[in-house]
Amino acid sequence: MSLVTKPNLDDGDGFYADLLAAHDGLSEGASHRLNAQLVLILANHIGERAVLAEALALARTDLSET
Amino acid sequence: MPYDYAPFPYRRPPGLDAPEPRHPVVIVGAGPVGLAMALELANHGVPSVVVDDNDVVSVGSRAICWSKRSLEIFDRLGIAEQAVEKGVTWKVGRTFHGDREVFNFDLLPEDAHQFPAFVNLQQYYVEQYLAERALAEPLVDLRFKNRVTGVDKTSGRLEIETPDGPYALEAEYVLACDGARSPLRDMLGLSFEGQTFEERFLIADIEMAKDSAPGGDTPERHFWFEPTFHPGQSALLHKQPDNIYRIDLQLGWDADPEHEKRPEVVIPRIEKVVGHSDFRLDWVSVYTFRCARLDRFVHDRVIFVGDSAHVVSPFGARGGNGGLQDVDNLGWKLAAVLNGGDPGLIESYDRERVFAADENIANSARATGFMTPASPVAAMFRDEVLALAGKTAFARPMVNSGRLSRPCIYPGNRADDPSLPDASRPGAVAPDAPEGNGWLLPQLARAPHLLALGCAAPDIGVAVISPEITPEIRARYLGEADQAIYLVRPDQVVAGRWTSADETAIAEAVAALWAGQA
Repeated sequence: MSLVTKPNLDDGDGFYADLLAAHDGLSEGASHRLNAQLVLILANHIGERAVLAEALALARTDLSET
Repeated sequence: MPYDYAPFPYRRPPGLDAPEPRHPVVIVGAGPVGLAMALELANHGVPSVVVDDNDVVSVGSRAICWSKRSLEIFDRLGIAEQAVEKGVTWKVGRTFHGDREVFNFDLLPEDAHQFPAFVNLQQYYVEQYLAERALAEPLVDLRFKNRVTGVDKTSGRLEIETPDGPYALEAEYVLACDGARSPLRDMLGLSFEGQTFEERFLIADIEMAKDSAPGGDTPERHFWFEPTFHPGQSALLHKQPDNIYRIDLQLGWDADPEHEKRPEVVIPRIEKVVGHSDFRLDWVSVYTFRCARLDRFVHDRVIFVGDSAHVVSPFGARGGNGGLQDVDNLGWKLAAVLNGGDPGLIESYDRERVFAADENIANSARATGFMTPASPVAAMFRDEVLALAGKTAFARPMVNSGRLSRPCIYPGNRADDPSLPDASRPGAVAPDAPEGNGWLLPQLARAPHLLALGCAAPDIGVAVISPEITPEIRARYLGEADQAIYLVRPDQVVAGRWTSADETAIAEAVAALWAGQA
């Protein structure tokens, strides 16, 4: 299977609101921690190295080394 | 009680008085790898001279974790029983983050295998047992206080210095088992490239009563990430025989090794780890480490074995155990070549053990990276893996305090029937199983064997073992199949397997085995 890049969430706006709500009241440092845990949890759920590699590459696009 | 470092006897070597005949093999270094190499060659009927610049076993516990595979190799060398009886068999591993136990795991042995997953035993005991065997073995000529001062890789000539003066030795093959700082490597001007970690660890052996030790009677391995007794660093505690406990403390790159080794600095640190001061300091050292290897392990007549060929960071116990696997791989091949066999076997040692070294280096480098994060974001991910590991199962295998040594699966183009179980696939060490009143693996040593299960093996001049098909042998070798034939190398690596007795195919695999191609 390859990475799904077409819209795939039933209620994208709802998820986006949930994501931000999960960060409510957290310091910036705590928010980074939450994001890190989320990445690990979702990566385990996906469970396919090839898909994850595509996701990593996509996220890295346009981010240059400084 | 402290270990008694009794010196081994120095004897005036014959080469001082008259030129010695050319030897088949000279082994440089009488550490665990050099001594094991000599005994393994003796098992194959090959005599060797072992020279060492020292005359005592190594000081301090050093390599302490011996893997199941190493114990299987020790069994062939005649010291496994001593090692298991004296050693501490692991029971429980606990991982802490701060003061909180994140999870623990069982280190119980695999069911129905002769040897446990790991035993802890100080390197000086392993060297003592091997040296005692070597001194009693007529095919091993063990020479202490014989220091190599020069080597010619083309002729196999060595210049040796002794308390009574210099002499020369010549050999068909010189095996450099002279450790991480290998003088032979330097004499040949070989580059030893790799990754150095900017980190220092303090390592200490202490003696304390088991009542005052973590776990009490149950041997436990404790690993702490960022313990409150040692903020921001990591710590490891292991039980060894004789009520000796091994403690590794990360110090950071800026630590001054000479300062850190002083008892008035070490003792308060250890008091914080064990929670009391009722112990005796036995040995202390500060180490840095790197992951590096030679480009090639074979240089004309000089073959590098163990730490001289490759070094790894200590997490995962891949140094000593990896070196013994080199010995396992080289012994039968070198014996065959000395008896006129295909030199391709020596090439295959290089190819297979370079592959293994890379796997060991990758694993230990990853463990080191997890333990000593190189950037703030690496530290954050590490900490969040630990946080998740406390609340959910999936993150526990991501916690990396060392991936413990296991034999690699040698890559290659070997005959396979993939319907057979994964555990015994070609390139893997044949799995052990109970057999009769004993065990299967010892029967598969020293020569190639055909393992015939549920069918007859063709008569092609290879020894055949036809064990009773027990549930363990079925699970490890047959799976759903009714019958199978395995070709197993003298180092117990599976060289090919079939579900029908195809005589031509099996004979081809045997030929490939003796050519270093299987």
